[in-house]
Amino acid sequence: MQSGAQGGRVDIAGALRDAGVAGLIALGVLLPLIGFQTVTNINDQLVLATRWPLLAAFVAITAGGRFIYAAALAPRLAHRAARPATAAPAAWRGYVGRWFVPFAIGLVIAYPAIVMATAGFGGAQKWIDNFGIQILIYVMLGWGLNIVVGLAGLLDLGYVAFYAVGAYSYALLAKTFGLTFWILLPLAGLLSSFWGILLGFPVLRLRGDYLAIVTLAFGEIIRLILINWVALTNGYAGIISIPRPSFFGIPFTADDDGFAARFGLQFSPIYRVIFLYYVILALALLTCFVTVRLRRLPIGRAWEALREDEIACRSLGINTTNTKLTAFAMGAMFAGFAGSFFAAREAFISPESFTFIESATILSIVVLGGMGSQIGVAIAAVAMIGGTEILRELDFLKEIFGPTFDPTQYRMLLFGLAMVLIMIWRPRGLISTREPSIVLRERKSISVDLIKEGHG
Amino acid sequence: MDGSPVLRVEHLTMRFGGLVAINDLSFAVKRGAITAMIGPNGAGKTTVFNCITGFYKPTEGRIALQRGDPAVWNALEALTDAGGRGIVRPDGALYLLERMPDYLVAQKARVARTFQNIRLFPGMTALENLMVAQHNRLMLASGYTLLGVLGFPSYTAAERAGRDKARGWLDRVGLTERADDPAGVLPYGAQRRLEVARAMCTDPVLLCLDEPAAGLNPRESAELNDLLLAIRDECDVSILLIEHDMSVVMGISDHIVVLDYGVKIADGAPEMVRNDAKVIAAYLGVDDEEVAQVEAAVGL
Repeated sequence: MQSGAQGGRVDIAGALRDAGVAGLIALGVLLPLIGFQTVTNINDQLVLATRWPLLAAFVAITAGGRFIYAAALAPRLAHRAARPATAAPAAWRGYVGRWFVPFAIGLVIAYPAIVMATAGFGGAQKWIDNFGIQILIYVMLGWGLNIVVGLAGLLDLGYVAFYAVGAYSYALLAKTFGLTFWILLPLAGLLSSFWGILLGFPVLRLRGDYLAIVTLAFGEIIRLILINWVALTNGYAGIISIPRPSFFGIPFTADDDGFAARFGLQFSPIYRVIFLYYVILALALLTCFVTVRLRRLPIGRAWEALREDEIACRSLGINTTNTKLTAFAMGAMFAGFAGSFFAAREAFISPESFTFIESATILSIVVLGGMGSQIGVAIAAVAMIGGTEILRELDFLKEIFGPTFDPTQYRMLLFGLAMVLIMIWRPRGLISTREPSIVLRERKSISVDLIKEGHG
Repeated sequence: MDGSPVLRVEHLTMRFGGLVAINDLSFAVKRGAITAMIGPNGAGKTTVFNCITGFYKPTEGRIALQRGDPAVWNALEALTDAGGRGIVRPDGALYLLERMPDYLVAQKARVARTFQNIRLFPGMTALENLMVAQHNRLMLASGYTLLGVLGFPSYTAAERAGRDKARGWLDRVGLTERADDPAGVLPYGAQRRLEVARAMCTDPVLLCLDEPAAGLNPRESAELNDLLLAIRDECDVSILLIEHDMSVVMGISDHIVVLDYGVKIADGAPEMVRNDAKVIAAYLGVDDEEVAQVEAAVGL
């Protein structure tokens, strides 16, 4: 594919040939995906509609993009690669590295205020709820799963099961016994980690692919139980009107003893949203804090050692079964916290929210972010969840592709594109270096090439 | 060196299906001494190691390890008949290793080992490798993580002590400069030394080394000899090693056990083993030329 770069001269014919091939491939792939669409007509029949202009637009974009790459970008990149690399970026990298985390934490704390200042009182709710809270839930889930997958190297494809256990624990206990959010939050975490240990005992003797399959099955079993145990969970219909959390006893209602009235404010649903935002922010930061702390403790080092070499761990007297179980239980506990928050926020849960695609999303956040990296996982969650949410906002695309164009339908396509790009550009995730947990003289990051991915 | 054994292997047999890897093997490892186990490839040396360290469950036989007062040995038969794993008294302890899972052999009986193909944690620094080796003690100090998460000072002190100990071992094996480098980038000889240091950080009673000199150049293997002699003399540790490098075996061992086809063919001091006709025949082959060659190598 070096046809575009021969001695720095632009090879238009080669670039055109490349563009033609790319266009043909795009046509073949996108013809069934975009060219055809099933719609329900006025007689309630399903008929096949065609979308030739849209298909043409996509093929043209692909071919055009490939042409620009082959004719203009590739020669430059080849030219740049030929030059020796300069050491200049090191200075700003150190600067960014030092200030990124405090800046990011400051930004998320100030986020509701910033949004209210820019989008106004009415518009802010959507941005705090759909973006802020939604993203933070996934950041927390990503950090939780990171303990299991990133640190201990155990591939868990059924993580959403623990999220579901947390959500249903809160919903059922709150509705049945009238317990409050703050009592049920730790209880849901405990129940989830109990299920983590229960699952862990039989399956942790399995390794690698076998472990992944069994955890996948466990996730499905929990979901099927939630669907079929109608007497307890109300099946597909789910659980409605789950009690919402109060502000330390003061409910967010329009009554006289509600939050707004007590504090002399005009009633608005946004107070609850802001409160929930800070609750999930605190929970996510707690997850991060505990994980960072655990990494520097013997248990965290044992998790990482387990990922590196299990047999060596056993030869050093480490009980690998217990070590794996604690990783599973710890990851499950944070999923349980997130689950109970989710149930409290939505006030409605059903098995639909806990499908395999959720597990896959959380796992891809961990993998894209870089296994074991807290910052990487947070960035990946913002990009993946924020990215899909932002698709709802891209109304201007309708003016380009026609009024029936719905960008949210392309979620999975973009998801796949992001995966492929990351695989090419950063096969081990966005942030793929490891920081040592203890230092004698000088802190040096460890290259990803040395780090094992674990094998169950 | 009071002459009492630290480890007794009695009538050890290990079968893999129809293959008899070790057949009725008995030997003892003397306290405070270096015992070498030699034999041709496939003689079953590593299998013996795996049985001692709990990675294999032997088909038959008894493997007993004792520390502290040698009088504890008297309880061996009673312990075997009672079906227990071990007894711990204030003045000593006795363990039946064949009844213990691998991690307990390391944790309770304090048998440390290294591996033929080095098994460090390549993505962790040299220092971290030595900290992982102190897992059980630090785990206790961190109150099984609870006190550690809350940042109790007792844990901080324990961690500092652990780091000083690791630092001491890094100094001894000459890796202080590389303490913060990942183990995976260290040169081969340094990795071998680090693995020995890591095993020593578990405070072992018995140190089992599986071909510690494999792949080392003559200078490095002379350094290794010095290190092992220093460990024997200063650390109250008995050493059992498998080795092919005769300069190491003859240079430092106090006692040699020779295996061939899973059977012990000789057992004694280096001079005795060196002159044993059976050893020369089995180990060095029967071809006259070859015998002469290897005899020259071992200094006959």
